[in-house]
Amino acid sequence: MTGTENRAWVYIPLTMMALFYLVPLFVMLNAGFKSFAEVDLKTMWNLPAGLSFDNFRAAWDALSPNLFNSLRIAVPAALASSILGSLNGFVLAKWKFKGANVIFPLLLFGMFIPYQAIIIPLVDFMENIGLAGGYWGLILTHVIYGIPITTLIFRNFFATVPQDLVDAAKIDGAGMLSTYRRVLLPLAIPSFVVALIWQFTSAWNDFLFAVVLTDNTHWPVTVALNNLAGSQIIAWNVQMAASFMAAVPTLLIYIFLGRYFLRGLMSGALKE
Amino acid sequence: MLPSIIAVMVFVYGFIAWTARVSVSAWKGLLPDYTFVGIDNFRGLANDARFHIDIRNTAIFTVVFMLGCLFIGLGLAILLDKGIRAEGFYRSLFLFPMAISFIVTGVVWRWLMNPATGDRLSGLNLLFHKIGLDGLINTWHATPTWGIAAVALPAIWQMSGYIMALYLAGLRAVPETLREAARVDGASEFMVYRKVVMPLLRPITLSALIILGHISLKVFDLVIAMVGKQVALDVPATYMWVTTFDGYFFGRGAAIGIVLLVSVAVLVIPYLFFTLRREAER
Repeated sequence: MTGTENRAWVYIPLTMMALFYLVPLFVMLNAGFKSFAEVDLKTMWNLPAGLSFDNFRAAWDALSPNLFNSLRIAVPAALASSILGSLNGFVLAKWKFKGANVIFPLLLFGMFIPYQAIIIPLVDFMENIGLAGGYWGLILTHVIYGIPITTLIFRNFFATVPQDLVDAAKIDGAGMLSTYRRVLLPLAIPSFVVALIWQFTSAWNDFLFAVVLTDNTHWPVTVALNNLAGSQIIAWNVQMAASFMAAVPTLLIYIFLGRYFLRGLMSGALKE
Repeated sequence: MLPSIIAVMVFVYGFIAWTARVSVSAWKGLLPDYTFVGIDNFRGLANDARFHIDIRNTAIFTVVFMLGCLFIGLGLAILLDKGIRAEGFYRSLFLFPMAISFIVTGVVWRWLMNPATGDRLSGLNLLFHKIGLDGLINTWHATPTWGIAAVALPAIWQMSGYIMALYLAGLRAVPETLREAARVDGASEFMVYRKVVMPLLRPITLSALIILGHISLKVFDLVIAMVGKQVALDVPATYMWVTTFDGYFFGRGAAIGIVLLVSVAVLVIPYLFFTLRREAER
């Protein structure tokens, strides 16, 4: 650590960067709280004349069904892929079966693939089994493509649990499932938080899968927002309010559970 | 073996194989047509002016995005590592864009980067004008050839915090005694970073490059939300989507998907093997 004489050279750039990071958030809220009369783009950097909720009301009217759709999609998707990931992680870390060393890298690669390389068969498949258009095809898709990272999160955690604990349960006659449920599951609560919020965030923020797998009554908020922003008749202030509303759920998770969110991020880079 | 692992294998590798099959088929139009046409679709892409634009745009996007994220990420990490007050606050602030979807980012930045000039000046250009930095006023994504670089800026805003977090973890792992020893030997603070810290951060730079590189190859949502489906600002992922789902050129769309997959694989597979082998050695 250096002396205090040059601390300004640390704080000045940090504060400038902090302001830069806040600009989009400021613009969303500043425009959102203006009245319809203040829609002129030339005044976009002026503060609102008074606190008006017109834009948020209009955005809510346009997007509320889609916000609920997103919730209906992201919650079950996050739950299912976390539960399945925890089982897989457990088996890969503790019940090493033949071929686990081949399966794991193959599974991990699934985290990185460009979904353009699977989307034609995916849509075809969902249409064939009758799940295209509604919630369930999209939920199933999020669950399956979420499993690689949730498996990784739990495998890394379970690898740190002493093998003795598992062996002791085996000696006591516990089977694979009951060892998992009674011994490892209670220890894995923090990993569940990591996997759940990671999966919720990625399902909430997804656009590509949603746009090809849901029809307009089942659109999540990302697809609806993109459509709303593309239309010429929606005032830009309403677009800003709508963008903010689409960002709020994941932002709240980030604000309250940021530590866990960061761990998910690190897993995504294969770092612990 | 667990059924969910089998499902992933089918959805990943089975579907990749299926896409590969479509990529060598004549499928054009709503009805599947699996007539084998060899590498015609790939040859078509090689001669496709639009795909050439995609490659150019991906190259520009990748360079701007990577350099931006690496410099900002490393810079912020070094500053945050100086033992400052409210470090947690700053760290959270630089990371919050990661929680937001590219669609939201794209919609907001589209208005920030409004390319209109003259009396219709708005967004960042208007801000530059107000603070007397008229020299910075530009046409953003409406700039010919380099327009895609403007789309990389919101991507930097969104992802540089991630790189900061990676570097910060790396910096925290550099033993203070090493830096202290270099200082005792008379090294300036700059030399301490250049000769002691940076070499130790090299593995992190490599991971960061791979993560960023595969993100820029896949960039899709941000382009759609910011600039829509403009040919001048096309990238492979958007071309694939447009040609397949708007144009019904399934064979060509699948070929683009395979090209994307191979480029990502070249980047990611060595990284996966390296990481897993190092883990096994531990």
